[in-house]
Amino acid sequence: MPKHDTPMMDDLEKGPWPSFVTDLKRQAAKNDQCWDILGQLELSFKDRITHWKHGGIVGVFGYGGGIVGRYSDVPTRFPGVAHFHTVRLNQPSSKFYKTDILRKVCDLWERRGSGMTNMHGSTGDLVLLGTKTDQLEPLFWELTHDLNWDLGGSGSNLRTPSCCLGKARCQHSCIDTQALCHHLTMHYQDEIHRPAFPYKFKFKFSGCPNDCVAAIARSDFAVIGTWKDDIRIDQAAVKGYVNGEFAANGGAHSGKDWGKFNIKKEVLDLCPTNCMWMEGDELKIDNSNCTRCMHCINVMPRALRVGADQGATICVGAKAPILDGAQFATMTVPFVKVDPENEFEEVIEIIEKIWDWWMEVGKNRERVGETIQRVGLPTFLKVMEVDILPQHIREPRSNPYVFWAEEEVEGGWERDVREFRKRNAQ
Amino acid sequence: MGYDPENPMKDRITDIGPPHFEQMFPPVVKNNYGKWLYHEILQPGVLMHKSETGDECYTVRVGAARLISVELIREMCDVADAHCEGHLRWTTRNNVEFMVDSKAKVQPLLDDLKSRGNRFPVGGTGAGVTNIVHTQGWVHCHTPATDASGVVKAVMDELFDYFTSMTLPAQVRIALACCLNMCGAVHASDIAILGVHRKPPMIDHDAITGLCEIPLAVSACPLGAIRPAKVTNSAGEEVKSVAVKNERCMFCGNCYTMCPAMPLADPEGDGIAILVGGKVSNSRSMPKFSKLVIPFLPNTPPRWPETVDAVKNILEVYAKNARKYERIGEWAERIGWEKFFEITNIPFTIKSIDDYRLAYDTWRTSTQFKFTSHIK
Repeated sequence: MPKHDTPMMDDLEKGPWPSFVTDLKRQAAKNDQCWDILGQLELSFKDRITHWKHGGIVGVFGYGGGIVGRYSDVPTRFPGVAHFHTVRLNQPSSKFYKTDILRKVCDLWERRGSGMTNMHGSTGDLVLLGTKTDQLEPLFWELTHDLNWDLGGSGSNLRTPSCCLGKARCQHSCIDTQALCHHLTMHYQDEIHRPAFPYKFKFKFSGCPNDCVAAIARSDFAVIGTWKDDIRIDQAAVKGYVNGEFAANGGAHSGKDWGKFNIKKEVLDLCPTNCMWMEGDELKIDNSNCTRCMHCINVMPRALRVGADQGATICVGAKAPILDGAQFATMTVPFVKVDPENEFEEVIEIIEKIWDWWMEVGKNRERVGETIQRVGLPTFLKVMEVDILPQHIREPRSNPYVFWAEEEVEGGWERDVREFRKRNAQ
Repeated sequence: MGYDPENPMKDRITDIGPPHFEQMFPPVVKNNYGKWLYHEILQPGVLMHKSETGDECYTVRVGAARLISVELIREMCDVADAHCEGHLRWTTRNNVEFMVDSKAKVQPLLDDLKSRGNRFPVGGTGAGVTNIVHTQGWVHCHTPATDASGVVKAVMDELFDYFTSMTLPAQVRIALACCLNMCGAVHASDIAILGVHRKPPMIDHDAITGLCEIPLAVSACPLGAIRPAKVTNSAGEEVKSVAVKNERCMFCGNCYTMCPAMPLADPEGDGIAILVGGKVSNSRSMPKFSKLVIPFLPNTPPRWPETVDAVKNILEVYAKNARKYERIGEWAERIGWEKFFEITNIPFTIKSIDDYRLAYDTWRTSTQFKFTSHIK
């Protein structure tokens, strides 16, 4: 395939940040369709518009997801990318890799596709970017037989679940995010590979309220680690921070002189519930008023640890703005045990209650958060059969339009207007 | 052996899921799973995690493009084989992490990375700008209003020093989504770069028959701007198509997603909006949405100078004015949005006043405000 004249692409080889253009050119030595990727992208830069056609349904036998069809709208100029389908590989939970396995993926993709990838897609998949239709079945065969690896989700199905790195390398994690993510991924292979939902449905698992995988903003079903008991305090380490022996916030601010660490200014006064104070050089916390925001723990990680009675809060219904506006996930179950010993049955029970209901009442292309908006949170909470709690709301409603049910009203709704008129003339 | 096109279902394996995560762990991670006590950032891009067993895990974080080749992945594997017993990891923000089990192994790893040109910048930790999460853009998507990889490269080139340092009041999370579908979910980012359309869809009456289901195209519009219509196509035949009330269009592009005969992308119409002040973590304040402060900047490849300048300006005014730990949204709320517009010198326009659903929540229903220069 000939090289194309790509002055604008070439400009993006300059500068200190790693250049995807330089990288594409390097790969082009082995996969020469990379020249056509660059050529078509240069044309888009020139025309200021995409040159990919809309849609194209391709896949592998038996699956309704995992591969996204893509065709060039200028195929004669760039035949190397005439077909340019995406293959989504379900990433291992929290994206640790062993090099021997990853090299096998590289070899497979150099042979069966463009050699270009996304590490990773927005949902979390390892994305193989650009291949032809006739390569899909052989690629899938080799992926499953030789690499023992499967595709992720696309379309109106359970999208590839993802999680933070949790207990693998973080002291805050209150749940085993990876075990949970992997277990549910395996448990719901059918739901990932064969679309049967009104629209996409995403699981994300964060180990603590810092929420490093943005579960509360991005997932229909967010499991976020939390604790019920007291923040664990090491008073000696508190003194260490006060005396300047340890860098605050794990040294995250060390690039600028912010002055001596001031526990009142930097911790006590920033506590959103004002539930912390000093008694002499002892730090005190009124844990009954703590909302587990994580600020104090983040600032003094050697002195403060998340509590020991750990579990998760379940929030439901986050989504990006299309169509009714962005939604964060709504707190639905304040605390649930996340237990590998019983194969996470408490979590699975909640998931299936949501799906049973949403698959029945959800409209085509309606995210579960939109369904909840449409029917109202009270209806959803009744479906979920959870206790109705003040924690479900930020504040009580300010309008009086309560949907009373007939059985809640003394004497019911059946009345005789003639009897009424005997007492109350028109 | 191997795939047999004559017999595609023979010995087929399905629904086996991803490889188990545990086989991917470096020994120091496997041995200390769930035992971590605390962490420290030793220098930008270098973290130390301490375990209750006494073990230490040193992590070197490097920035990478999201669009990367298998040749580059192999080079990363070479680094991991030489220093990290053959293990590495990607973060949720497209950074790569190399982990070693002793401090003595950190400097040789850093030296090796440095010897490889500008391919492996070390940073992305603490109170700085870490890698931008983003979508496909013109390199692979069919609905974008801007590019992704190109804009990200241009912005990161300019903000590079903030990636390799920790001088800001708090971490700043930048995200880019190339259209309003927001695959990149930029709606909760400190600074969001968002591709937007500004021209209503065209209707390809010659293609719509057979390509689109008219009722689905009609119901795709959240504002009821699309109705069924009988029209004459270019062959002179009367066909069932749609008509669009242009003045009702909010340019969301949902109709094009449902009906390929309604394209709306356009070189002049498309560009970038900037939203700021979102956050995901619960730290101090609850999660916040990003708010639209600049409604439109043009698409100016290859380096989008208007967008780069806008992002840099917001970042630097924030860096100068916010208090320690304050995220951009927390800072803007403390000083008030009128003050935010004043000191960032961003013109406040009617486009920042919400007139979509749930808009009332964003209107000021109080006499509390600041007399900024906006009030003449």
